[in-house]
Amino acid sequence: MLSYTLKRLLQAIPTLLIVITLSFFLMRVAPGGPFDGERRLPPEIEQNLRAAYHLDEPLPMQYLRYLGDLVQGDLGPSFKYKDFDVSELISQGFPASLELGMWAILAALLIGVPLGVIAAIRRNSTADYVVMSTALAGIAVPNFVIAPLLALVFGVLLGWLPAGGWNGGAWQNLLLPVVALSIQQIAYIARMMRASMIEVLGSHYIRTARAKGLSEWKVILRHALRPAMLPVVSYLGPAIAGIITGSVVIEQIFGIPGIGRYFVQGALNRDYTLVMGTVVFYGALILLLNLIVDLLYSMLDPQIRYDD
Amino acid sequence: MSQTTPAPHGTGGASAFDGQPPAAPAGDSLTRDAWRRLKQNRAAMCSLVVMAVIVLACLIGPWLTPFELDEVDWNAIGTGPDLASGHVFGTDVNGRDLLTRTLHGGQISLSVALVATFVSLVIGVLYGAVSGYFGGRTDNLMMRFVDIMYSLPFMFLVILLMVVFGRNIFLIYAAIGAVEWLDMSRIVRGQVLALKKREFVEAAHALGVRDLQVVTRHLIPNALGPVIVYVTLTVPKVILLESFLSFLGLGVQEPLTSWGVLISEGKDMMETAPWMLLVPSAFLAATLFCLNFLGDGLRDALDPKTR
Amino acid sequence: MTSSPSTSGTSSSLPPARNAADQARADTLTRLGLAAEAPGTPPLMEINDLKVDFQLPDGAVPAVKGVSFTLNKGETLALVGESGSGKSVTSTAILRLLPELAEIKGAIRLRGEDLLSASTRRMRELRGNRIATVFQEPMTSLNPLHRIGRQIIEVLALHRDLKGRAARHKALELLEQVGIPEPARRIDSYPHELSGGQRQRVMIAIALACEPDLLIADEPTTALDVTVQAQILRLLKSLQQRYGMAILFITHDLSIVRHFADRVCVMRHGELLETGATHDVFESPQHAYTRMLIDAEPAGEKAPVAADAPVLLSARDVRVSFTIKRPLFGPKVAFEAVRGIDLEVRRGQTIGIVGESGSGKSTLGRALLRLLKSQGQISFDGVDIMPLDKSGMRPLRSRMQVVFQDPFGSLSPRLTVGEIISEGLRVHHPELNRAQRDARVCDALSEVSLDPGMRNRYPHEFSGGQRQRIAIARALVLKPEFLLLDEPTSALDRSVQVTVIDLLRDLQARHGLTYLFISHDLAVVRALSDHLIVMKEGEVVESGSTHAIFEAPRERYTRELMQAAFAPDLGQTHH
Repeated sequence: MLSYTLKRLLQAIPTLLIVITLSFFLMRVAPGGPFDGERRLPPEIEQNLRAAYHLDEPLPMQYLRYLGDLVQGDLGPSFKYKDFDVSELISQGFPASLELGMWAILAALLIGVPLGVIAAIRRNSTADYVVMSTALAGIAVPNFVIAPLLALVFGVLLGWLPAGGWNGGAWQNLLLPVVALSIQQIAYIARMMRASMIEVLGSHYIRTARAKGLSEWKVILRHALRPAMLPVVSYLGPAIAGIITGSVVIEQIFGIPGIGRYFVQGALNRDYTLVMGTVVFYGALILLLNLIVDLLYSMLDPQIRYDD
Repeated sequence: MSQTTPAPHGTGGASAFDGQPPAAPAGDSLTRDAWRRLKQNRAAMCSLVVMAVIVLACLIGPWLTPFELDEVDWNAIGTGPDLASGHVFGTDVNGRDLLTRTLHGGQISLSVALVATFVSLVIGVLYGAVSGYFGGRTDNLMMRFVDIMYSLPFMFLVILLMVVFGRNIFLIYAAIGAVEWLDMSRIVRGQVLALKKREFVEAAHALGVRDLQVVTRHLIPNALGPVIVYVTLTVPKVILLESFLSFLGLGVQEPLTSWGVLISEGKDMMETAPWMLLVPSAFLAATLFCLNFLGDGLRDALDPKTR
Repeated sequence: MTSSPSTSGTSSSLPPARNAADQARADTLTRLGLAAEAPGTPPLMEINDLKVDFQLPDGAVPAVKGVSFTLNKGETLALVGESGSGKSVTSTAILRLLPELAEIKGAIRLRGEDLLSASTRRMRELRGNRIATVFQEPMTSLNPLHRIGRQIIEVLALHRDLKGRAARHKALELLEQVGIPEPARRIDSYPHELSGGQRQRVMIAIALACEPDLLIADEPTTALDVTVQAQILRLLKSLQQRYGMAILFITHDLSIVRHFADRVCVMRHGELLETGATHDVFESPQHAYTRMLIDAEPAGEKAPVAADAPVLLSARDVRVSFTIKRPLFGPKVAFEAVRGIDLEVRRGQTIGIVGESGSGKSTLGRALLRLLKSQGQISFDGVDIMPLDKSGMRPLRSRMQVVFQDPFGSLSPRLTVGEIISEGLRVHHPELNRAQRDARVCDALSEVSLDPGMRNRYPHEFSGGQRQRIAIARALVLKPEFLLLDEPTSALDRSVQVTVIDLLRDLQARHGLTYLFISHDLAVVRALSDHLIVMKEGEVVESGSTHAIFEAPRERYTRELMQAAFAPDLGQTHH
C-alpha cells in the first residue's frame, strides 16, 4: 500500500509537468499581454515592467525559470494584484473554496446515496419514479442556471437567505452555493447508486444472505450497500473535478472569495502567474484526491490489493 | 462401423434446393426488438417528440418569427412576454426579440452538440477499437495515455484554450470533442475486448474471414448499442459544456448567440427581466431532459435486464 | 411454533449409535421444541398442489403446475428435471425467496406448519436455521467483500446467538468438518482466495452451522469439475449421516442421483411426472420421459480406424503459453497452458480429449487450428501449417472447421441464421451467386435436421440444441474434412445432448469426417471417440484406444476421473 502510494505520487509528477507545460505555453502564445490595460503604458515603463517580471527573456528561459521557482514553492508575483504573490492569493482564497467544495461533496454523498438506495429498493414504485425524475431534472438543469434562480428566489424575492457574499462562511451564506454546486452530483450519484444497488440485489450472494434468514434491511446494510457503493466511490474522482470546475462559476455568482474567480479573471487579464498558479494548484489537488479515492476503493474491495 | 471412404458432401455440388429454395419468413432482429421496447417506453417517446419539436423550431423557427436576430424594436425594450407586439417571449434590454434569439441560440448550441459529439465519436471509436482489437502492449500504452488525459484538469485547459484562441466556434467544436472522446474510447475498448473473446468472433476467424470483415460484420454491429446510448448521453453533456463556456463569456461572439450566452445575459437582468433568464433556461433544460430520458430509454431497450 | 409432540420418548426414535454431537443436537432441538418425531408422525416436509405463476407484463407464465411430494426426516429426495422443468422454482418457493412477481398457491408444510401463510418474521427464523440452502454458483454465492469466517459466524449469531470467540471456535469446527485445509488460516480468507470447490465447502459450512432439518442443495456440484463433484457429494452424504438432516437435492443429472438419493421425483414443464424409490425408478420407470432420461446416457462406441489410415493432422511438441499481467504494475507472469503435446489424427478417426477445467484441452484445440499463437510443429494433410500466415491459412480453413461449446455465444446475435451459415461461403466460394449460396445454406440446414424455412430468423429465436445444430451447419457448409468439436454438448440438456451426438455420428458416417472431440464428460467421449487422450495441467496423462483405457486405465488420475464420473463412491449407503 505504502509503496503503491509512493509510486502513484511519483507518477503524478510527469502528469503535473504536462499540465504546467501545456498551460504555460498556451498562455504565452495568446495574443495580448498582462500590461495592455485601458490606457497604454509608455514604452519605457512597459519595458521596465517586462524586465522586472523576466518577460523579456526568451520563452524557454522563462519556462525553466518558472519551473525552478515552482520547485522551491514559489508561484511568482501576480501581475494584476500588484502587491500580492500568487501563493498568498491562493492561500487566502483556498479556505473558502475548500469549505464550499467539502460541503458540496458531502451533500452529494449523504443525499445521493440514500436516494439511490431507496429508489432501488422501491424499484418501479412511485417513490422510484419521483426520485429518478427529480434526479434527471437535477442533471438537466445546469448549476449556472440553478445558482441565479436560487439567489433570485431565496435571496431576492423571499429574502430568507443572503443572495451572495461570504460573511466568513456562515451557514446562511453557504447554503445556496452548496445546493447549487452539489445538485448535479447528487443527481448523478443517486442514479448510479440505484443502478448498482439493483445489480447487487440481484446477485447470488444476496440470495445467500436472504437464505440465511437475515432481515431485508440487514441484507441491504450488511451485504448490499458496500459492494453497491464501489462504482460511486470510483465516480468520486470525476465528481470532485466537476465540483471544482463548477465552483469557478458558483464563486462568481455568489461573490465568494475563493480561488475559482481568480482563474477566469486571471485568464482574461493575461495574469500569467495567477492562471498558472491556479492550474498547478488545482491539478495537484485533483491528482491527490484521485489517489485518495483509489486507496479508499482498495480498502472497500478486498479483491483489489495494491501490494505487489 | 468401419471406415467409409471419404465421400464428398451432398451430391457433387448439386443442391436439393437448386432453383427454388423454400420461402423463409423474416425473423425478429434484435434491433426490431429494441425498437419495439423503446416504443413502449412512454417517457422516451415523449422525449423524442419534444426533442423533434425543439430541433425543428430551432431550424426553421427563426424564419417564421416576425423579427430578425439583431433587429431592435425601439417600442419594446426589455418588455415582458406580450402577444400583441409579437414578442411572445418578450425582448431583451436592447429590444431584440427573445424567441428569435433563443431559437438562433438553439441552432448554435445544437450544432456544437452535434459536431462535437461527432468529433468525440470518431476519435473515441477509432481509438477504443484499435486499442481493444490489438490488445496487449498497444492497448496498455494507449490506455495509459487515456489515464493521464483523465487526470488532467481538463476544464481549465479548455478555458485556457478559449482564452488564447479567442471565441471561435470551430475551436469550441474541437475543444469539446477533444475532451469528450475519452469516455467513448473506454466504452468502445471495453466492448471490443469483451466481443473479441466471444466464440462467434473466434468462429469467424476459423472460417477464414478477413480481419476487416470481422470488424465490420461482427464487432461493430454488436458494439453499436452501447455506443448509441453513450452518444445520446454525450449530446446533453456537450450542450452543457458549451453553455458553461458561453456563460463564462468564452463562447460564441456577437452577433451569434447561444443558450449559454443568453442565460448569462439573463442572469444579470433577472431582477428586472426574469424572462430573459427563464426562456433560454427552459429551452436548455427541456433539451437536456429529453436527451437524458431518451438515452435512458435506449439503454433499457437495448439491454432490458437493467430496468 | 410447531405443535409436534416433543415427549421425552424422542430419544428412543433415534438410532442407537449416537455420539456426543448427536446428543447435543437432540438437546438443542428439544429446547427449541423441534425435536425429531416418533415414527408414524407426519413427514418432515409436505408439499401439496404447489403452483407458481410468474406475473409478467404480457400475462402469467406458469412455472410450477400443481406439484405434490413429501420428504421424510433424514431422507434424500432428488428433484430431477431438465432446464425449464420448474425444479429450482419449487425449491426456492419452499424458502419463499422467489421474486415478488411470482404468485405461489398450494401448501408447503414443514412439520405441519404451513410456510406459505407463515409471517415473514417466522420465515426468517426458519431460513438458514431449520432450512438451509446450498446453491449452484459457488463462485458468486459468497459475499466477495466479507471474510469467510464472518459469513459463517453471521448465521450463528443470528440463529444461535453465538458471538465472539465461541462463534469463531464453532466456525473453525465447521470449516474442519467440511474439509477445508488449514481452517485456522482460511477462516480469515476472502472468497476470491479460495477455489470453486472450497467455496462450495464454505457454503455447506454456512448451511450446516445451525444443524438444519432440511438442506436444499440446488445443483450444488454442477459448476464443479468431476473429481471435485464426487468429493462434495461424499461430504454431503457423510454430513447427512452425522446430522440426520433431510436433503432435497435438485439436479439435472440422473447419474448422480442413482448413487445419492433415496427417492426420486422427475419433473418436466412444471409438472411432477413420477415419484418413487430411486432403485424402482431406475429399474422400472413408469413414464416414457423418465425412461428417456435414463437412457439419455449416451450409448455405443466407435470402432477404431484401420491402422494404415492416412494421417490428416499431426502435431509435435505443441506448446502454448500466456503472459498473465498482474494487476497494476506487477511483474508479468508466463503461464504455460499446453506443455509439449504430440498428436496424430487419422482420417475417419475421432480422438477424444478429456480433462478438467484448466487442463489446457481447449487451448490445445485452438492451437491446432492456428487460432492461437503456439510453438511446435503442426501439419495438416502433409502441409506444415506453422509457417503460414493468415492468408496462407485461409484456403485450408474450409477443410478444418470448429464447433464451440456455448450455443449462445457462438452465433453472432445480429446476423440471421442464413447469413451466419453463408459467411464461410462468401470467403471460400466467392463465385457463388446469391441464389446458389441460399441453396447451399438450405442444404446445410436440412443436413442438421433444421427447417430451411427458418434461415431468415435470428439466433435468439432458437433453443440451445437448435443453435448448436446451426453452429454445426455453419461448419458443414464448407464441406470440411476435419472438425474440432470443443465441448459441443456440454451446455445442453441430456435429452438434447443425445440427439446432437447422434447427429454428429451420422454426419461422420455420411461424409467420412475426422473429429477431434474435446470434453470433460467421459460418458460422451466414450460413446463418440475411438482414441482417447487424458490431459491434466497442459500435459498428456494417458492416451490410447478408448476401449482399452475405459477397460483398464493405467494412470491413477484417469481412474479417479472415471470413478468420479461413473461410480461416485459415496461411502456407505445411507439408512
